[in-house]
Amino acid sequence: MTDPINPAGLPPPKNPEPQVPSTSTAIPGLKAAQHSRRAFLFKLSLLLNSAVGVVLAVPILGYLFGPAFRRDATYKHWVSLGPISNFPEGQTRLVDFRNPVTTDADGATANVPCWVRHIAGNQFQVFAINCAHLGCPVRWFPQSNLFMCPCHGGVYYADGSRASGPPERGLFEYRYTVTNGTLLIFAGQMPTLSNRACLEKPLIQIAPDSSAQAQQIPPTSPRTVA
Amino acid sequence: MSRLKQNAIGIYAWFERRLGLTGPITEAAAHPTPPTSASWWYVFGSAATVLFILQIVTGILLALVYTPSAGEAWSSLQFLNHDITLGWFLRAIHGWGSDFMVAIVLIHMAQVFLFGAYKYPRELTWILGVFLLLFTLGMAFTGQVLRFDQDAYWGLGIGASIVSRFPWIGGPLVHMMLGGPIIAGQTFSRFFALHVFIIPGMLLAFVALHVWMVLHLGVNEWPMPGRIVSKATYDREYHELTSKVGVPFVPDAAWKDAVFAAAIILAVIACALFFGPFGPSGQPDPTIIQTAPKPDFFFLWIYAVLAYLPPELETPFLFIAPTIVIGAMLLLPLVAGEGEKHWSRRPVAVLMVSVIAVALGVFTHLGTFTPWSPIMDAWSGAPTPVACLKGRSPLERQGALVLQNKQCRNCHALGGAGGMRGPALDSIAARMTEDQMIRQVLQGGGNMPAYGNALSPAETRALVAFLMTLRGNNLTPAVDGSHILSQSEAAPSSGQIPSSPSTQ
Repeated sequence: MTDPINPAGLPPPKNPEPQVPSTSTAIPGLKAAQHSRRAFLFKLSLLLNSAVGVVLAVPILGYLFGPAFRRDATYKHWVSLGPISNFPEGQTRLVDFRNPVTTDADGATANVPCWVRHIAGNQFQVFAINCAHLGCPVRWFPQSNLFMCPCHGGVYYADGSRASGPPERGLFEYRYTVTNGTLLIFAGQMPTLSNRACLEKPLIQIAPDSSAQAQQIPPTSPRTVA
Repeated sequence: MSRLKQNAIGIYAWFERRLGLTGPITEAAAHPTPPTSASWWYVFGSAATVLFILQIVTGILLALVYTPSAGEAWSSLQFLNHDITLGWFLRAIHGWGSDFMVAIVLIHMAQVFLFGAYKYPRELTWILGVFLLLFTLGMAFTGQVLRFDQDAYWGLGIGASIVSRFPWIGGPLVHMMLGGPIIAGQTFSRFFALHVFIIPGMLLAFVALHVWMVLHLGVNEWPMPGRIVSKATYDREYHELTSKVGVPFVPDAAWKDAVFAAAIILAVIACALFFGPFGPSGQPDPTIIQTAPKPDFFFLWIYAVLAYLPPELETPFLFIAPTIVIGAMLLLPLVAGEGEKHWSRRPVAVLMVSVIAVALGVFTHLGTFTPWSPIMDAWSGAPTPVACLKGRSPLERQGALVLQNKQCRNCHALGGAGGMRGPALDSIAARMTEDQMIRQVLQGGGNMPAYGNALSPAETRALVAFLMTLRGNNLTPAVDGSHILSQSEAAPSSGQIPSSPSTQ
């Protein structure tokens, strides 16, 4: 750095600028060496290695970011939750299913619970266990018709809509269908706020649910005379 | 004897001829240090390094037995705790070592900040130190995941839920974090890789650079009020100081580092011996939902902040606040690289450290007993205090039953037992009138769900009748002022409270 000014490497004069102690000395013919054939070959070798690095980086990045680019839909499958006779009308029950995409290493973590609310006939609501706030497991209390979250106190009504607490929305719902008396849900992914398949769901379901709910009100809430 | 000595010297010389390390090591060890810096205040950095080495050694020892698989990690921890000789002790040292390391790194950072040691020419040392803090916290979080129990499982769920809130790329980020669609084997494996390979590798590299810069730039001198750091003069001043009165780092300053490091390791051993290892708690089986997940000690404050943020502020806060905080820490030495070092001339710095320490302390304290969490079994586990039932009418006692059965106690304490999510009900009738209670119970609001669908009119009547008897230490019942006014206008002579509770 200081070579052109101070080729002998003498101690620098009193200088207000901060000085990095330098032990480098001028190499004779440095300038010529910079333009030699060897220097050119060295640069060429750098270029070659950069190219090899890129060739290597592409598959590594593909491996690393593979999960990020996989579409949500490829994870999801129809999963059976058992015959609908397991779910008495007007009740909400906890049921476990094995995640459709799983490996041996998953152990118990691939057993996913969900809340099944049998409204009437073939009308169901299947809620994810995860609170819409931060994913903690919500618990159903049939006495007060509420889902409560133990983490930050998110509370939801029987139909999964937000009652109080920090969640911004109601419980996540799985798509379901009833085939030959068996309840099937379209599952396979942990629901989060970025999981669009789940976010769209309640909008589709609002119409049949609310009408079923309206029919259900007399039997589920037996109001005694005041 | 002298022959033995000669042989030893010969062997040393053989290695030294080939390694050539004695010179550089002696030079580094004896580098001149300002005599004032050979202080008990300057021991935290070396203590953090020693704790890091302890963590590496105990971590490797645990890896001899631990099974890094989502399906088997939990049972291998049980095996370590109960079947391997002193396995519990090694786990305890690793766990307590981690807590001590986070604490010492934080203390080291506060000390460096208050002593102005981040100023010229040590800006980059500080910046690398900020990364070292983040890596240390990263080790603490990923280590908590490897203790693969219920808290770890649901902690990952909380992590994924936070990441999912990231605008636009939230979904791909969640997949990156989980390594798949759910928290399962691949999620566990990538956290294992982070905890055992990636972050320790970064830590080693950054610690090496950090320590190298301390040697290269010299130990920060003891700050004096009025001694201003200026880029133009600092190097000369520091050189003069160390060359005139400097002492060799080894042994003049190093003995204090060594004593403190020994004390810290002893403290870790003592904690491990007396308090034992951390967990594991319940099995990481998501179908066991009877759990109230909680993060480890050093993340409790985040847990508390997340509970207290208004919902609409949460997502912006989660991403903007860390960006600002980390950005400010990184930019600090570049913005304030010159000027006063001494804390007595930097009141804002002292105030900042105090406010941050108090805030973290308060939030951590709140995190230890989570007043925002409903107590999920209070309704069945905490009986109605007898005093609340004495001399009550059948309707009021029926109301007490409703209060229990409808899980009100999960959020409302009575007689000191129950949740703290909502206000305690011991003196509720002194704060709310009957009408207000009915409205609050049926319609909810202000963080309370509406019970209109869950209570029959008879239940509501009984419940409110019971609540009207809860007046603490016989306080005056709450009164609707407008009610009195309207009544007094109609009949000026009667100044009675309209609906007095049926209590004694």
